[in-house]
Amino acid sequence: MHDHTSSRRRTLLPFMTAVAALGLVVSGCGSQVSTASGGSASASVKSCVDTSGSKIKIGFINSLSGTMAISEKTVRDSLDMAADEINKSGGVLGKQLDVQAADGASDPNTFAQKADQLIRQNCVAAVFGGWTSASRKAMKPVFEKDNSLLYYPVQYEGMESSPNIYYTGAAPNQQIVPALDWMKSKGFKKLFLVGSDYVFPRTANKIIQAYAKANGMTVVDEQYVPLGGTDFTTIVNKLKDSGADAVFNTLNGDSNVAFFRQFASMGFNSTTMPTISVSIAEQEIPGVGLDNLKGQYTAWDYYQTLDTEQNKKFVSDFKARYGQDRVTSDPMEAAYVSLYLWKAAVEKANSFDVDKVKANSDGISFDAPEGKVTVDGENHHVYKTPRIGQVNSAGLIDTIWQTPSPLKPDPYLKDYDWAKGLS
Amino acid sequence: MKKTMSAVIARRDRRVAGPGRSSWILFAALAMVLALAPMVLNQFNIGLLAKFLCYSMVAIGLGLLWGRGGVLSLGQGVFFGLGGYIMAMHMQLADASANGGSGVPEFMSLYGNGHVPGWWLPFRSGVVTLIAIPVVPMLVAWALGAAVFKRRVKGAYFSILSQALVAAFALLLIGAQTSTGGSNGLSDFTGFFGYVLNDPVNQRSLYYLVLIVVLVMLLATGLLMYSRFGEVLLAVRDTEERVRFLGYDPASIKTAAFVYAALLASIGGALFVPVAGIISPSDIGVTPSIIFLLGVALGGRSTFLGPVLGSLIVSIAQNSLSSAFPSFWSYLEGALFIVVIALLPGGVATLVPSIRRWRRRVSGAPGARGGSRASQTDAVPEASAGELVSR
Repeated sequence: MHDHTSSRRRTLLPFMTAVAALGLVVSGCGSQVSTASGGSASASVKSCVDTSGSKIKIGFINSLSGTMAISEKTVRDSLDMAADEINKSGGVLGKQLDVQAADGASDPNTFAQKADQLIRQNCVAAVFGGWTSASRKAMKPVFEKDNSLLYYPVQYEGMESSPNIYYTGAAPNQQIVPALDWMKSKGFKKLFLVGSDYVFPRTANKIIQAYAKANGMTVVDEQYVPLGGTDFTTIVNKLKDSGADAVFNTLNGDSNVAFFRQFASMGFNSTTMPTISVSIAEQEIPGVGLDNLKGQYTAWDYYQTLDTEQNKKFVSDFKARYGQDRVTSDPMEAAYVSLYLWKAAVEKANSFDVDKVKANSDGISFDAPEGKVTVDGENHHVYKTPRIGQVNSAGLIDTIWQTPSPLKPDPYLKDYDWAKGLS
Repeated sequence: MKKTMSAVIARRDRRVAGPGRSSWILFAALAMVLALAPMVLNQFNIGLLAKFLCYSMVAIGLGLLWGRGGVLSLGQGVFFGLGGYIMAMHMQLADASANGGSGVPEFMSLYGNGHVPGWWLPFRSGVVTLIAIPVVPMLVAWALGAAVFKRRVKGAYFSILSQALVAAFALLLIGAQTSTGGSNGLSDFTGFFGYVLNDPVNQRSLYYLVLIVVLVMLLATGLLMYSRFGEVLLAVRDTEERVRFLGYDPASIKTAAFVYAALLASIGGALFVPVAGIISPSDIGVTPSIIFLLGVALGGRSTFLGPVLGSLIVSIAQNSLSSAFPSFWSYLEGALFIVVIALLPGGVATLVPSIRRWRRRVSGAPGARGGSRASQTDAVPEASAGELVSR
């Protein structure tokens, strides 16, 4: 028995060596950091997009499973609707859109992998989707190395501008800063910050701290719960003792339910403790509970109740397609708009080529449900109109304040003196 | 009782025996297929396969720890994460200083004060990084194993403890956003020890590096399984008290297996980072740690090749099925786990021997139990579903 095994082991050794040698021969030696210049990486990528047929492939990447599915599925719905509308009206450059769908599974790593798959395997001309900052940060290097295009439809914390991403949600100066301006105009001096523990709330609160310091406001407390956390007893008690005028809420998802329930049980309401939320849209209101939210404030660039022709059509088409009980929200609208902005840029460029689309994106505009949006070619964000809303008794949000015209996007808050140290 | 004792003695007599002939043939076939895979796969799929192989490294370690040692760790994500973050920190620092950069990773100036924290600094050195990747997780595993196993914490208590540990580790990483990137994790790497990652030639080299590491791990683990250590480990799994009576210290033996599994998981994590291009808390949390186990259980946790095959199957299935049926996949994954644990505790690798046994039992032939060599050495008679939980 002993001899038997060892002889087998001996025959295995040359085999292993062969595998190793094969590996070395096949792989050879690639380029090193010092020898490769910065730009060569993206230039060497050859696009595999097929523009010869009557169809053009595009990719949608949203979380259809996992914790983010409940939000991201709504974005997928409005993307699907936009693709169908475009196809019915003749497609893009006469080509029908052929949607390749991917599930990001609420996991940054999966987002990166599936985005890479869409670009290199499915050969899509552009990709639409993503929600969390983590998913965007995970996909960013993929789009940059493959030199492809991502349209990201959600408001976020800013401090980013990738040559391969178009951001159709609000930059911080189109959501957080206007919310603060509004609070200042209402005379709120002492702010209590509560947020989920991840990148967006932490960066947003950094911006709020800097703003407060420069504008004679004080932040009385800054509290975080883990994503999905539901224990707010301590935090709401702290709020009670803090003497705050108002709450700035950057909580995400389910945590809002627990927070507002605890909030109400301590006797707070929209008059005794106004709360402005930046992650609660029409879609989230029934989940959090209308009773808990009625009269509270939100900051977005789009509400279902907006009185524009484009919005009336958008809402009624959406309800006709998905059901009368469905609502539309800011990220859904931004996703819908993103597909049209890409279409307009492609048509202006008369090409699906990524570099040509980018070169022709500056100044592209679209009459969106939220009003006219225009792409800023420099930082790849869009001009949008910030709006403060108040939750009404029907569970929708009424606009109570808005800027007179769309604001130029400023992801790094360069135009604000108080924000100098932030980026 | 009597049967187990004689089984232990019988195994001691055969301690020089290795995996059976069929296992070696399968090993050679697997190595050959994986070595030739880049000839037929496109660049994207080579990267994907390399990523799956990194996961399978964790599975190989778990095979020894759980299958042979009976220690069910729900927290291998900790070690995968330690290796991954150590490698990622080095790559971030190297990228930041390349081409006359400031030496400060971008996210630190965005979320923090723009200074590199002191505990990051040693990882500027590639040598320190390469030493830390095996050493740090092994020390952690040793400290934990020594503390826990010496106190005779075992079975479900250990499993719960390991799960709590990985949950806490993920929370810690998320909370320390200024120095770990928080829920975003660390990503956006351009170089790997001086080589440009985004170069097809380098990517293929990376694949072969991963493959060679996996094959070496498999060989080492295979030999370890049938060494004296492997035999004692098996005995600890089956009758811990008796091993103690014989003069061995079961705690040290289990700690050694735990340290070994941590080493493999850490190397897997370290190689995962250049392959996948990102490491974030959601790669190492509770769910990924359970999915590591799923592959091991599916493939056959106490077999030589079961864990690595099971892990590859689960990864490939997850990738292809989750796109086609997003929410359905989670249910299927759960159902698969239940079915394997309840009906086939030995995993798919023991399917053939168990069918053979069953047929022999049905036909009423004598010596139905453990007749063939394969079923004895490759698949050590498995615990029942009940035992599995109580352990």
